[in-house]
Order: sequence, then structure tokens, then C-alpha cells
Amino acid sequence: MTLLGGLALWVACLLGVWGALTGLLGASRGRADLIASSRHAVFALCGTLLIAVLALQVALFRHDFNVEYVAAYSSRNMPTFYTWSALYAGQKGSLLFWAAVLSVFAAVAQVVTAPRHRVYLPYVGAITCLVATFFVVVMLFGGANPFERLPYTPLDGRGLNPQLQNPGMVFHPPMLYLGYISITIPFAFAMAALLSRRLDVDWLVAIRKWTLLSWLFLSVGICLGMWWAYVELGWGGYWAWDPVENASFLPWLTMTAFLHSVMIQEKRGMLKKWNLLLIIGSWLLSIFGTFLTRSGVISSVHSFTQSNVGYFFLAFLVIAGTLSFWLYARRLPDLTAESTLESIVSREASFLFNNLLFVGIAFSVLLGTLFPILSELVTGTKVTMGPPAFNRVNIPLGLALLLLTGIGPLIAWRRSSLPNLRRQFAVPVTSGVLALLVLLVAGMRDPFPIAAIALGAFVFATVVQEFVRGVVARHRQYGEGWWLAFGRLIARNRRRYGGYIVHLGIVILFIAFAGMAFKTETEATLRPGESATLKSPYGWTYTFTHLGISQYDALNRQVTAATVEVARDGRNIGRLITEKRQHVDSRGQPTFQPSTEVGIRSDLREDLYIVLAGVVNGTEQAVYRFTINPLVWWVWYGGLIVALGGLVVMWPGGGAPAVRRAQAGYAVKLVAERS
Amino acid sequence: MLEGRKVGKDISGRREFLGTVTLSVLSIIPSFQPSHAVQDSLPDSGPAGKLWDPARAGPSIPPTTAGDNNAAIQAIEKRLKCTCGCGLDVYTCRTTDFTCPVSPGLHRKVMAMAGAGMSGEQIIADFVRENGVVMLMAPPARGFNLTAYLLPGLAIVGTGAALVFAILRWARRSRPAEATAGVTSAAPATAAELDQLRHELDSIDA
Repeated sequence: MTLLGGLALWVACLLGVWGALTGLLGASRGRADLIASSRHAVFALCGTLLIAVLALQVALFRHDFNVEYVAAYSSRNMPTFYTWSALYAGQKGSLLFWAAVLSVFAAVAQVVTAPRHRVYLPYVGAITCLVATFFVVVMLFGGANPFERLPYTPLDGRGLNPQLQNPGMVFHPPMLYLGYISITIPFAFAMAALLSRRLDVDWLVAIRKWTLLSWLFLSVGICLGMWWAYVELGWGGYWAWDPVENASFLPWLTMTAFLHSVMIQEKRGMLKKWNLLLIIGSWLLSIFGTFLTRSGVISSVHSFTQSNVGYFFLAFLVIAGTLSFWLYARRLPDLTAESTLESIVSREASFLFNNLLFVGIAFSVLLGTLFPILSELVTGTKVTMGPPAFNRVNIPLGLALLLLTGIGPLIAWRRSSLPNLRRQFAVPVTSGVLALLVLLVAGMRDPFPIAAIALGAFVFATVVQEFVRGVVARHRQYGEGWWLAFGRLIARNRRRYGGYIVHLGIVILFIAFAGMAFKTETEATLRPGESATLKSPYGWTYTFTHLGISQYDALNRQVTAATVEVARDGRNIGRLITEKRQHVDSRGQPTFQPSTEVGIRSDLREDLYIVLAGVVNGTEQAVYRFTINPLVWWVWYGGLIVALGGLVVMWPGGGAPAVRRAQAGYAVKLVAERS
Repeated sequence: MLEGRKVGKDISGRREFLGTVTLSVLSIIPSFQPSHAVQDSLPDSGPAGKLWDPARAGPSIPPTTAGDNNAAIQAIEKRLKCTCGCGLDVYTCRTTDFTCPVSPGLHRKVMAMAGAGMSGEQIIADFVRENGVVMLMAPPARGFNLTAYLLPGLAIVGTGAALVFAILRWARRSRPAEATAGVTSAAPATAAELDQLRHELDSIDA
């Protein structure tokens, strides 16, 4: 099978080159035969790369340890669940995964694109083939062939890194990859629009679902990554501004900016140049993220092993960026706006400022990530950009963005009148101010958490007001019951109300982030029966009693489990177990350093987070770190709501056009009412 | 995301700080261990039993001292980077990666310096003198480092101001044009056209 996999990579390389050449030539010369050949090459590329993936999976499941990749990332006693994820756990396998998923997306794009947008497809096929070929070339010529064989066959493999043996790691990397990879399709359409000089809104309509899909995958991937970091890494947080975390955040920021600014182009024919830039930039940032993870240029706990594939990515980044911007510059005269902004107090202007902040934050994160290199280049001094540095710059910017999240929906398109503004802002501003006063009276003085919660209240009220007005309008207009009106309000205008649901999720996330400012922790060494106490930010006292330590063998690990009884204000609320795990291979030989499994008890208010640091002199005397993390559960809820909103926005359908027009009648009335 | 901003805040009560630091340094020596260093709800419990296989629980670690929970010490350690290559600050590394060979030593060094009467800023300055500014989790806001702190904000404010200026100019231009367009577009509408428009709007509402 591995022979077949290796062969599939070579065939994929040739097919990719063929697909790219025929696609470009066919489209530029109008040759139907070449265009058809390119289309077939895209499907064949997809099939060949899937064969390569299948071959690697078979090698993993058959424990073919003669394959270097299989020996490095799997072992005989590894749970089946994680054997699947070994496919993308290492550098080489993840490159194959990247290429294969891209080829699937490319084939899907060829199939699902509406007939009126098919004019772009030859170029789209060519661009996707080029990108997929690059990944195959890296595998074949960059020393990253996952089918490479060893000169001997080990009895057992090393197994997956213990920290990767977590359900979060099974879903988090694929989600992020899907996000990164699917950006290639909008990018390919943007290039197709530039190459074919068809720069009206058609290409934007063609990529609408793709951009949403990519944004959704990135959002879910980032949230799952935060969850994994929280439950697995044991430092009690979920975001550390690590370069690899930042690499996933960068395209998310620019894609979110695009999802807002594209509305202006669709409605008013403005920001054509800007939208193209955002798509090109997002794709380049996704490749940059891949480069950052694989080059070793910046140290990160998430990075793959350093290798020379980084040079390939750097060269690809430079060439692709230069060609994209050159083509973009050549087409600038075709990208004139059809209208201009009419007022600074308009939805368009607020979206523009929102874009400014999104891109500004992306710039700040990129600058911060690269600053250690820049500083060394310019001043010869090495510096570290840790969480305190990122927080200092990005928290104020994030809060400004939160403010705009509330302002945008309250302002009318084109221009808002003063009475309209007064009517729209009254409830949200009152809510924000009330929240601020309550926090100040309650004794909170930390400015950032106060601002996050008060602004959160402002945005929350904005969203609720929008929903209430829509439901009331439908209730009056059609005599629908409240719940039916609510359901139909969302169903008939999924983009708008799905967007509001996303805003709601973002508010919850911000408030949850603010909660971490009230984190408390303590370390204690306890013998069995001894207790330590810790005061919660809510005022109650937790008592942690060390019950004892047990040791036992599990499938691929030797476990040392410490049990702690927890009481809140003297009332027993349960037991928590935290573990040290020594992973072993099938012969009982240790494979990695002992890892820690955190004991977590979550509720809506706070998380109890217990870590067994170790034992004293091989006895049951245990050293613990006890942490209380407020509002962490809301991070996961916020992420879920963001994903739900994204799904609502991209859900197909919404009724027949005639029905939608009729159901949208209330909107006409609302607009009339407002102006 | 909001962590790390309290750095340096807790080093306020100098007397309290020095007192705690002295205690923590003394607590390293077993004979000076204060009785309240470990909260023991069962003071008469015997010595903890041996584990069946201690090697499985990782390397043995020393008992917690008062200095480990000292907020001032933690604040200092949160500003210093561990040099083991993990990218974490000393406090996070020593309380997360229990196999790290570097962070416990750095922690002991911080405690010793604090015990010798050095202030938080002096301790940090000493580490920087010895290892360079790379030891700091956030580079000092001076010189070229200001680029990282100020450039994003300045770029946003500058671009924002330019946008405001441009939008106001467009708005001034569009008003007279719109007024003219309003006159010309309203004029040719006939009564029949208006009737048709009203009819179509009614049908949408229905």
C-alpha cells in the first residue's frame, strides 16, 4: 500500500501541473478541450491524493513500522481513535492531509458552482491545482515524503505525543486545516476574476458560501484549540498568544473583516479593491501560518519539528504574493467604485471603521509575532513578545471593536438622522451605562474587565433590540405568534440575524475573557487527609482535601491518580481526580516524559482546576496547584453560539424568492419608520 | 487573554513583602519551616505511605514553601521568561511543566534575591543584566520596542482620521449631486407610473 501511496504522490504531481497548465491555457485561449481536460485533472488529482491518504492510514492501522512516519507517530497499543489522528499529527502526514483536503475542495468547487459562475472555473481549477501541486512538491522534494522507509523495522513505534492524545486534538487540527485550506477556493475565484477581468459582484456571490465555510471552520478550530490547551496543557488558561495560535487568528481576523465589507460591495458597489485585497491577504496569511508552524523561524510549543520545508513555504509565499499583487495592480483601473459614502453616520462608514480595526488588530498581532525577528535584525537585540506585551496592545483594540459591534447594526445604510439615532441608541446606551454603574457600585476597579462587561451589555442590548423589533414587526404585519415570528424572522433573513447571533457569541466571549482577570490560585503540599483552602472571587471558600494516590496500568500508559475531595463553604460538592501519565509502548518501555492530566469541575460561574504537580520523595505526599478560573464555561458557550450563528448565515435556502420578497415587507416598513 | 496585566501591582506593601520573602527563604531550611507553612487539617496523621512505583509519578519534587504562593514573587516571575525554550514565563513554566530543569532554579534564584532585600524591579534588572532583555515577557517600552507597542494604534488612528476626512469630503460632494438627481428623477414620473409603483408595493405587502 505504501508503494501505491508513494506512486500516487508522483502521479498527483504530474496531474497538478497538467491541470494548472490546461486550465490557464484553456481559459485564456477559449479552448473547450483544454478546459475539459483541466476539469478532469482536478477530479483525478483528488482521487490520487485520496489514495495516498488511504495508503498512509492503512500503514498506520497495520502498524507498518518500516515506514518512518508510522514508527514516529503511532504504536501498537495506541487507541484506534488516535491512530486516525496520527495522519496529521506530524509534519509529513499533515502536508499530505493539506493537499488531499484541498483537492477535495477543488473538486467540490467544480461540481457545486452555479452555472452562471462557471466562467471562472477553469482559472479556479488551475489555481487550486497549482497550490495542491506545491504541497505535493514539498513532500516529494522537500524531504517530507510520508511514505519514506527506514533501513530497519522497529518492533514498535514511538506513539503519539501524550498531549495530542486528547479528543480535542482529534478535531482541532482538522478544523483549523479545513479553515486554512478552504480559503484557497475564494482566493482562486478572486484570481479568476482578476485574470478574466470579470470584476463585478458575480465572483463575490460565487465565493459567499466558501468564505463563510472557511470562517466557520477557523472559528470552530480556534475554539477547539483553546479548549484543548485548557484541558490538556495544564497552565490554567486557553490563549497564550503563541505564534502558532496567532497564525490561526490572523486569517480569521481578515476573513471576518471581509464578511463585513463584502456587504458594502454587494449593496453599494464600493470597496472592490479592498475586498480583493482582503481575500488575497487572508490566503497569504493562511500560507504564512503554515510556514510559521513548519519553518522553526519562531519558537512555539505547537511547532512541528524544524526542517527545510520552511524554505519551500517562504519561496512559495514570496512568489505567490508577488504574482497576486502584480495582477491586482494591473487590474486596479477596472476596480472603480460605483458610488461613494454619503455620510460618516452610516452603516457603510461603521463597517469601514470595523474593517480598519480588524485589519489593525491583524497587523498588531502579525507585528508582535514577528517582532522578535525584526528587533534582532534592526537592533541586534533579542526580545520576547509574551502575553503581557500582546495584551497591552490588543485589549484596547479589541474593546474598540466590541464597541463598533454594537454601533454598526444601529446605524442605517447611507445616512442616519438624529431622531433615528436617538431612537436606536437609547436602550443599548442605557444598558451599557447601567452595567457600568452596577460594576462600579459593586466595587470593581479593574478598567479592562469593567469596559468589556459594560460594552458587552451595550452590544447585547443592541442585538436584543434588533430581534425584538423584527419579531414585533412580523407579529403586527402577519399576525404570527411570537415564537413563529421569531423563527421566521431568522429563517427569512439568515444573513442578518445569523450575524447578530454571532455578535451575541462574541459578547459572551469577551465577558468570559474578562472573567480571567479574577483568576485565583494557590500551591500546596498535602499528605492524605490534609486540606488546603482557596477563596473564590464570588466570596465562598473552597476546601480541597487530599484523599490519596492510586497507581494502575491503562492501555498505553501507567497512571498515578490523585483524588481530591472538594467542599464549598464546608459543603461537600464532589471529588476530582488529577493524574500523572507515563506513556509506554507495547513492551512497557517509557516513550515520553510523564504528562499531567488536569482535574476540572466546571459550572457557569467558575472552574475548579486541579493539577498534580508531583509527589514528594515517592510518597503519597502530593504537591498540587489549585486554580479557580471564573467564567471559563462561557468561552465554550460563546464559541458554540458563534458557530451556530455562522451555520445560520450559511444555511442554504430561505424560501422561494417570491415568498422571501413578500415576507420581507416588514423590512420596507421598518426602513420607512426609521427614516 | 486578560492575564498578566496585574504584573507588578502586588509589590506595594514593602514591609509585608520583605517579611514574606524572609519567611519564604527561611522556610527552605527544614529547621526553620514555620508551622503554618502547610495547612494540615489532620495534624496527627502519620507519614505519607510510599507509592508502589514512584518512577511513574515523574521526578520527585520538593514540598511547597510559603514563597511559592507569595504574590510578589509570582508577579516577578510572571515578567521573566523561562530559558528552557518553552516560551512561558518562569511562574507558568514551573507550575505547568513539572519536568522543566530550568524554572525551579530560576524560582529559587528569585526567592534568594528577594530574601537578600532586592526589590522586584532590582531583581528583574539583575536578570536582564545577566541574560539580556530577552528574559522579559514584554520588552521595555523604549527605543525600537515602541514600534511594537505604538505602531498598530498609531496606524489605526492615522488611517481612521484619513477615512473620516475622506468620508466627509465624499459626503459634501454627494449632497448637491443627490439634490440635483432628486429633481431630475422625480420630474419624469407620470401619474400612471406612480399608480403602477403603488400597486406593486401593495402586492408586496400582501
